[in-house]
Amino acid sequence: MKPAPFDYVAPTTIAEACAILDEAGGGATVIAGGQTLMPLLNLRMSQPFILVDINKIPELQGITKETGFTRVGPVTRQCDVLTNADLARDLPVLVQAVRHVGHHQTRNRGTVGGSIALGEPAAELPATSVALGAMIEVSSVRGTRQVAAHDFYLGPYMTMLEPDELVTAIRFPDWPANHITLFREVAQRPGDFALVGVVGALAIEGGAIARAGIAWFGMGPTPIKARQAEAALIGQSLDSIDPAAIAALALADTAPFDDHHATAEYRRTVGKRIFASTLGAILTLGEAA
Amino acid sequence: MSEHQISVTVNGRPLHGQVESRVSLGDFLRIDGGYTGVHLGCEHGVCGACTVIVDGKAVRSCLMLAVQADGSDVTTAEGLAEPDGTLHPVQQTMREEHALQCGFCTPGVVMTLAALTAGDARPTEEALIGALSGHICRCTGYQGIRRAAKRLAADAGARAGEVA
Ligand code: FES
Ligand code: FES
Repeated sequence: MKPAPFDYVAPTTIAEACAILDEAGGGATVIAGGQTLMPLLNLRMSQPFILVDINKIPELQGITKETGFTRVGPVTRQCDVLTNADLARDLPVLVQAVRHVGHHQTRNRGTVGGSIALGEPAAELPATSVALGAMIEVSSVRGTRQVAAHDFYLGPYMTMLEPDELVTAIRFPDWPANHITLFREVAQRPGDFALVGVVGALAIEGGAIARAGIAWFGMGPTPIKARQAEAALIGQSLDSIDPAAIAALALADTAPFDDHHATAEYRRTVGKRIFASTLGAILTLGEAA
Repeated sequence: MSEHQISVTVNGRPLHGQVESRVSLGDFLRIDGGYTGVHLGCEHGVCGACTVIVDGKAVRSCLMLAVQADGSDVTTAEGLAEPDGTLHPVQQTMREEHALQCGFCTPGVVMTLAALTAGDARPTEEALIGALSGHICRCTGYQGIRRAAKRLAADAGARAGEVA
């Protein structure tokens, strides 16, 4: 239960980190909070030649409001999201999701970018970035590109990230001040990855839904955007929505699997129920507001 | 395989060492520092026994490299009691509430509760009980630990009341 030997470097700028990743030619692994990577190293499931620690790069830290979006530095600790007043006001569902990530002790080191870059399909933050329409900024010596979160995930722990690339920011687009949020997960114990989960936001204008962003986690090989449900919600007035019908549409986009925690059938059944009940509850709240 | 010269402050005392990059903070504290109050159980972030306080926050010392702790201020279970042996309030409360049996998980639990109740922090009962989800105890059935956490939350509330 000890890692295989590796070299350790802690660059202090993005340029330096990218140069190291470029030279390593795929032999390097980036460590941010390490709360998922360290177990993989200890179990020798991951055996990099070089570990690139990005914790000492100031450019990768902090949360800043820019025109049209909030920029979250990937090395922002999960515990700092929980106490950030701007996020609580602007992106409340991100804060809600982070409360379910791991435990108090792992949130003290775990980072937003680490979870998003890793792409565990049952994790909260990849799905939240898909639901909210986040753009993931990726840099290498070849340049910088922006990838939409819903294009970023290819499979379990597989993303668009090339071996020489580093996630350098996550941009969460603005949502109107009165948007309503949905978040629900079913897990065996607090801190576990979800068996089934759903996260999203709805913007309402004049009693009708103007914008919808909803994603599933634990319901397939990647976080899954509930495209059909989103499309069906747009333009509908709150009192005309049938939550069960929307849940059925949302379910049509999923591809759940059997594992030793739950069957695909369980995930479908529970997923549909939590989707319908959560949507029903927030619509009632939305009408009251 | 790189080696690194590091210095960490542990319980107020300096600890210097030459470490291989792959050495965890937990192993560094135990082997180089002799702080055997740091209990390593699972070594992959599940059990919480290895929890120590790094720069004021409870973290798992099996999920942090020693080299990453260079320059940090670390507290282990050895650093809680007064020099004359008077127990830290968390230790005293856990003792009174029978919150331990074999004691393997105990240093981790104590460090989490100590971090959350440090100084003039006013953690809610919910916050303390919630943080306990990061610890596995094979003996007590948790009820004693929960009682201790509840009392610590109430005591923190009372302390804040006195100040106000
Ligand atoms: S030894 Fe660190 S969590 Fe179990
Ligand atoms: S007291 Fe034995 S594991 Fe908790």
